[in-house]
Amino acid sequence: MKEEKLLIDGKRIDGRLPEQLRDIGMKLNAVTTSNGSAEVRFGRTTAIASVHGPRALYPRFLQESDTGILRTRYNMAPFSVNDRKSPGPDRRSTEISKVIRLAFEPAIFLEDFPKVTIDGFVEIVEADGSTRVTGINALSLALAVAGIPMKDLVVACSIGKIDGVLVVDLNGREDNNSEADMAFAMLPNKEVISLLQMDGALTKDEILKLLQLAKESCMKIYEIQKKVLKESYKGE
Amino acid sequence: MEETYALELIQKGKRIDGRKFNEFRNIEINANVISTAEGSARVRIGDTEVIAGVKIAVGKPFPDTPNKGILVVNAEFTPLASPEFESGPPSENAVELARIVDRGIRESETIELDKLCLVEGEKVFSTFVDIHIINHQGNLQDAAALAAVVALRNARLPKLENDGIVRGEYDKPLPLKFAPINVTVSKVGENFILDPNYEEEKILDSKLSISVRDDDKICALQKQGRKEIKFEDVEKMIDMAMEKSKELRKLV
Amino acid sequence: MAEYRDVVIPSEKIDARKGRKLGNGVYQDGENVFSKFMGIPRIDENEISVIPLSGVYLPNLGDRVIGIISGVEISGWMVDINSPYVAFLPVAEAVEEFIDMARTDISRYFDANDVVFCRISKVTKNKTVQVSLRDTLARKLYGGVIIKVTPSKIPRIIGKAGSMISLIKTRTKCDIYTGQNGLIWIRGENKAKAIEVILTIEKESHTIGLTERIESMLM
Repeated sequence: MKEEKLLIDGKRIDGRLPEQLRDIGMKLNAVTTSNGSAEVRFGRTTAIASVHGPRALYPRFLQESDTGILRTRYNMAPFSVNDRKSPGPDRRSTEISKVIRLAFEPAIFLEDFPKVTIDGFVEIVEADGSTRVTGINALSLALAVAGIPMKDLVVACSIGKIDGVLVVDLNGREDNNSEADMAFAMLPNKEVISLLQMDGALTKDEILKLLQLAKESCMKIYEIQKKVLKESYKGE
Repeated sequence: MEETYALELIQKGKRIDGRKFNEFRNIEINANVISTAEGSARVRIGDTEVIAGVKIAVGKPFPDTPNKGILVVNAEFTPLASPEFESGPPSENAVELARIVDRGIRESETIELDKLCLVEGEKVFSTFVDIHIINHQGNLQDAAALAAVVALRNARLPKLENDGIVRGEYDKPLPLKFAPINVTVSKVGENFILDPNYEEEKILDSKLSISVRDDDKICALQKQGRKEIKFEDVEKMIDMAMEKSKELRKLV
Repeated sequence: MAEYRDVVIPSEKIDARKGRKLGNGVYQDGENVFSKFMGIPRIDENEISVIPLSGVYLPNLGDRVIGIISGVEISGWMVDINSPYVAFLPVAEAVEEFIDMARTDISRYFDANDVVFCRISKVTKNKTVQVSLRDTLARKLYGGVIIKVTPSKIPRIIGKAGSMISLIKTRTKCDIYTGQNGLIWIRGENKAKAIEVILTIEKESHTIGLTERIESMLM
């Protein structure tokens, strides 16, 4: 796992400090045929999310009579990675589609829409680490723009350990060579966790420290999401 | 409905079968049960039953790790195991279960993959761990992980002759360093329980699957379930898992 | 007097509840009321609500909507009300005279793609919807065109006590029916002008001086 030195004199290979996020860009309404959409970029990882719905759900046996359902699909474009990825779902994107859906379940008032579905799509068009959390940040904005009733937005980031140091927002090389990496999502105003995945080898204390780091980073990302949403309205 | 009754009981500090919150159902482990596999285990936790089989073959290594063996973990939610399971390609739950077991083994560096290289860049041993669910009565994740580890610990590398595997003849045991134990902690309201049975699984709010290594390091975490967890829950859940893992590791 | 505030995003706190009614688009947590949507909070001494900036139409009892007949059944018609929920118009709510349903082909009264202005007469808990033409304003609409706007913008298009829509109708000499479901039916020679004005209101609903700009557009 540890093939190369990722930290030199306290700086990461892209010049960042351990707790520094990459350059972030957020844009709304990339996909005009959907009910709502957004594009979010963290460094060279770019995700486009769009929401279709609420809309009628067929076949009818899938319907839940007293609540709506949320369906999400995470997919990577073949050109998003250096070694072309075959198009279509694979085991990894199947699992990620599920964890992304569960990251949003606590946030949406699904009970306001019995029998219908809200479909969220995340497409990764450029991948340089931390794709699922970038996708979640984009889908959050898309849901707000689509007018889906929510208890809170969902904000996400990656954290991990490289060369013995706890860091935030791992890029591709860091992700592949980390001692541990974690994907994390929370509801920022309710201060609860809706996604948590980790692999590597960490002590309990390291995990707890990373959770705090994740919380602080997510609050910074949330400020950007808020700003983008409010400014879009004024620009109309 | 049994499920609502299970929920009521938990709110009162009890469980449907009288267990304590941190108690597992009765565990039965049988190793080396499948003669055609290089390693195998049949595990029952209560009425949940899984069989894990290890098959070892010779294959080409991945380009970025030319001197390491390969590990593949797969899970099948066979339709006979539950009316919920359908025939066809693996569901998202089957894929997730397999990948969680995989990460528990891989991230803990349990298998010494660098000792499985035969010819650098060309030939390595590939270890396939296949998990077959036989009966679903709750807590498939922990049962599957346990079966996988037991199967690996009983696995032997096949003998090689003229670049080919000689089936039925074995060499040395699969080189292993650790025995990772997966404990899934479930949250029901403000209570935490281990090893939920089928009914309890229907009423729980969220779960955290925790893979603990022999040295108490955590090698994998996965939050599951539709509801959120609080920051302070994480420490409680990890503590519960770490404590239980010591007990379970003795069985392996 | 209702107070309208600056746009809020989901989970933004609006006010303490203080015994007021929770209207559309808000939820309560503890003593405070929060927004479910990106939208405009509306507060008065009786109710707190949020008008969402976007979103599909969810049927409410009593709403007057434009519906398009999407299917002919035996005892009534399926009606598309621009919502994920399809409505049903029973024969008894549509036709005055007695009909022998076993022998009558009811498509002679309403057929697929006919347009009606109707009232939401029933919405069950799991959103089964019934509409009715038993309403003084309800009727079948002939000819004309239908445009779609964001449902939450309809009140602005109608204006205070209908002042805005009356102005548009008078100046363009068009027949206009506005559905609370975001569908607007327009018929008349000058309908292009009416449509332009309506879409302008939708786009600029929150800006100041809109009424003056609309008046000058309608000169």
